[in-house]
Order: sequence, then C-alpha cells, then structure tokens
Amino acid sequence: MFFRDRIALAKPLAFALCLLPFAHLVWDATHGTLGPDPVAQLEHRSGDWALRLMLATLAVTPLRRLSGWHKAIRFRRMLGLFAFFYASVHLTIYLVIDLGGFWSQLLGEIVKRPYITVGFAAWLLLIPLALTSTQRMMRRLGRHWQQLHRLAYLIALLGVLHYFWLVKADHREPALYLAIWIVLMLVRLPRQARAARTPPTNAAILLKD
Amino acid sequence: MRRHHIIAPLPSSITPDPVYRRRRELLKLLGLGAVGLSAGCNSPAAPPAATATPPIPGKTMTIARRVDDAGGESQTTYADATHYNNYYEFGTGKADPAANSGRFVPRPWSLEIAGLAEKTGRYTLEDILGGHALEERIYRMRCVEAWSMVIPWIGFPLGDLLKRFKPLAAAKYVAFTTVERPAQMPGLAYPVLDWPYREGLRMDEAMHPLTLLTVGMYGRELPNQNGAPLRLVVPWKYGFKGIKAIVKIEFVERQPRTTWNAAAPDEYGFYSNVNPAVDHPRWSQKTERRIAGTGFNLFGNRIATLPFNGYAEQVAHLYSGMDLRKNF
Repeated sequence: MFFRDRIALAKPLAFALCLLPFAHLVWDATHGTLGPDPVAQLEHRSGDWALRLMLATLAVTPLRRLSGWHKAIRFRRMLGLFAFFYASVHLTIYLVIDLGGFWSQLLGEIVKRPYITVGFAAWLLLIPLALTSTQRMMRRLGRHWQQLHRLAYLIALLGVLHYFWLVKADHREPALYLAIWIVLMLVRLPRQARAARTPPTNAAILLKD
Repeated sequence: MRRHHIIAPLPSSITPDPVYRRRRELLKLLGLGAVGLSAGCNSPAAPPAATATPPIPGKTMTIARRVDDAGGESQTTYADATHYNNYYEFGTGKADPAANSGRFVPRPWSLEIAGLAEKTGRYTLEDILGGHALEERIYRMRCVEAWSMVIPWIGFPLGDLLKRFKPLAAAKYVAFTTVERPAQMPGLAYPVLDWPYREGLRMDEAMHPLTLLTVGMYGRELPNQNGAPLRLVVPWKYGFKGIKAIVKIEFVERQPRTTWNAAAPDEYGFYSNVNPAVDHPRWSQKTERRIAGTGFNLFGNRIATLPFNGYAEQVAHLYSGMDLRKNF
C-alpha cells in the first residue's frame, strides 16, 4: 500500500478537487468562454475561491468539534495553501493582465484605495503563514506557531472587507461571507475561553501527519 | 481629432447579419479569437460558442443616416453589448438583465410629458417617434465601474423631442423616470436602489445634439435588457445617466433627485461627466477596460479614460467656469 491510511488516500483527491476551479478558469480562458469581460471574470472567480478556501480553512476546527471527525485537521494545511494559491492567482491577474501597462496607476492604488489596501494586506499576511506551514516550522515554532497562525482570522476578515468595499450597491453576497466569518468566530468563543485556562492540545494532532 | 462627422448616408438597414458573422470568422482565421494564458495554449479550433453568432433578433429599423462618434474605434459585439448589462430592475449581476427580462413587455408603450412646458400629457410611443428621422450614432459608453463599450445606437436627438412640447423659461432641468413593473422586473423585489429609477439632466445638456433618445441598437429595436423601448444615451457621462425604459419626462425648475446620487451622494454626482481626473472614492477613473473587438482578449483591454469620454470638444463648454471636482 502506498498510502498510510484512508486520509492519506483521500488527500490527492482533495488536492485535485481544490485545483478544479483553477482548471476550469484556465479552460474558460483558453476557450474564450469567460464572457464579455474575461478579465473581470478571472478576477472575480479567483478571488471568490481564495475567500471560500480561507473560510473553509477556518471551518476545519469547528467541524472537528461538532462532528467528532478529528482527522479533518489533516486537510487544513492543504486548504490554507490553496487559499494562498488562489489569492496569488487573483493578485497576479490583477497586476499582469488587468493593470498590464498601467502599473504607475497601481502604486497609487494600493495606498489610496481601501479595498485594494486590505486585499493586498491579506495577501501579504498569508505569506508568513504559507512559509511556516511545514512540519519542521511547526516544530520549530512550537507554541508560537499557533499564535502566528491565528492571523488567519484577520486575513479572512480582510478578504471579506476587500469584497465588501468593491461592491457598488448589492451587498448580499459579501454579507453572506461576513456572516460565515462571524459564525466561525462565534463557535470558537467558548473554546477560547476554556483554552485560556488549559494549555492547547492541537499540536499533537497536527504533528501526527 | 474626434469630430462629429457623417460617414455615409445609408438607404435603409445597416450592417447585415452575415457581415457580422464573416467578421468574426475572419478574425478567427487570423488567430485572434482565442488567446491563452500561456503562449502554447492558442487553440486554432474555434470554440463553438463564439463562432455560432445567432442572427440579431428584433425588428430592423430604417435609419436616415449614420454618424460615427467613436472615432472609428472597434465596436463591441452585439452579443457582449446585450449580455453584460447593469439594469438592476432585472437583477444586479451583469448577466441578469439578459436572463431575466424575457417577460418584460415593451409595447404598447406610453410616455408622460409633464411639468413646465406649454404642452404636456400622455403620448404613445408612435406619437413620440412620429416625424423624427432615426439615425445611427456610434458612441463610446463608459460605465462608472471603469469598463467601456462602443455601441451603434439608433435614435434621434432628445432636444428635437423636447422642443415639440415648448418648455417654459422656468424649466431649468429635465427629470426622467423608468417604468416600475414588479411582475415583469424581478429585480424590483429587492430594494437595492430606491425604485423607480430616476435620472436628470440640465436643460442645456438635454438639448445638446449628442444627447440621444434611443430606440434601437445594431440596426434593430432595443432588446429588453438594453432599455426597450425607449432610453437615453448621454455619451460624455457615465453609463448610469442613460436611463432605460423611460415612462416619464418632466420639465422642472430645480435639480431633480437622481437614483444613484441619492444612494451615495459622495460617490455618484448629479453631473457624472466622465472625468479621469476625479476618481470614484473607492476606485480610479483614470483608465478603463474596453469590451470590444473580437469580444475575447485577455491582454491589452485597458486604455486611458478621456475627459468627457472623448467628447470634450463638443461638450466641455457646457461646464466652463464650473469646478468639476465639486460638481462631479
């Protein structure tokens, strides 16, 4: 058997699944089926998936607690890294394809436009998380690893804000993402309160993989 | 320079469908149709969705002359201009108006003329159009969201219509209202804006020869999603000033309340002239993404936005002495 257990077997599948929206995007881009404003489509869809995967990453822990399926944690890093991947694709499309040739405009934009500022900040903050996502870094950072990776809550919120601020009038969809973020934070509250009294035990499970 | 010049007087209908189709195929042959993300991805096999351009629906309109006011810039395809719309009465997604406007009944139609004019009353669409020679005007259309199109509209100068009702000297502005039909316009169920949609122009703007009362596009009657049967096109202003499905025109003394201005006064001014020097508070207006040509280009869509959308020569004088940063 190549695979240690069923989770190890499921991982390539999950990987392929996470890559599917990207494959779809490339397919549409190469077949001219992105609609009248292809660049906007590329931006919206890559951004949507970055946000969705970011929230999915944050949903892993509550899911474990509610379902008792503790092995779910072993998918978390992959989800987080894919969130970073889609955020990077999103930023690259904006920089290279959309703003291509008008980069002088960009430098001003990052500072001047709150929605671009928060979006860019979210991407920047994802970098240290991606870099410290390896098991070695996890061991090395020990207790600090978890503290650092709490940034994920803030990053997801920045992502939601980024979406909220670019919408012209219909805020229903970004509001839905915000609601999901709030729920994901609320379900953590009682635990966080208890965690303050007892030391965390997550590390042991994380390092098993 | 961009001048208001006549290209050629045409006997009747313009560019027939086969020409549209041939143009696409030609571009496909040249390999401009599909541009991949990476260089190796160019697919010479044309995608079926892009080649099978269906004939343009709707009744052909007879036009008296054709004017290119877009400096020969390449036109947006009919498919793109009719499937990428902001018309919140049918939903807030760009594809919603095309998908949700099938139940809308644009004919018969009546238009109310009200306010400070010698003649007022309710008129049928035929009354309104009677006696006006239709012309094709190819205009740039710049959306406040920083994308743009080039569209061949069909209509006649709004001023020619307004003069018929002899506006009084006290009439300083013209106010427009869109129809409100919840049963036919599903977007009205959600109060994303304060319905019905309202727009307005200063009298001199309304009387300007570029301001087009529009009934058709691409040689045919307007499709529902583009504002059938009667809409406004004001090419030097952001697209939302071009109110659709107009049921009321009123001559008023004071600057009328307009929908987007009321929704966010700091973001959408009453004038809303295209101005690269005055950014939207949340995004830049210096450049725009042009949706035109083959309909599918990944690169090179972004172009510089011109003051008054390139119509400064014709309209800048209307605003001389005004602070355009304050009166944005």
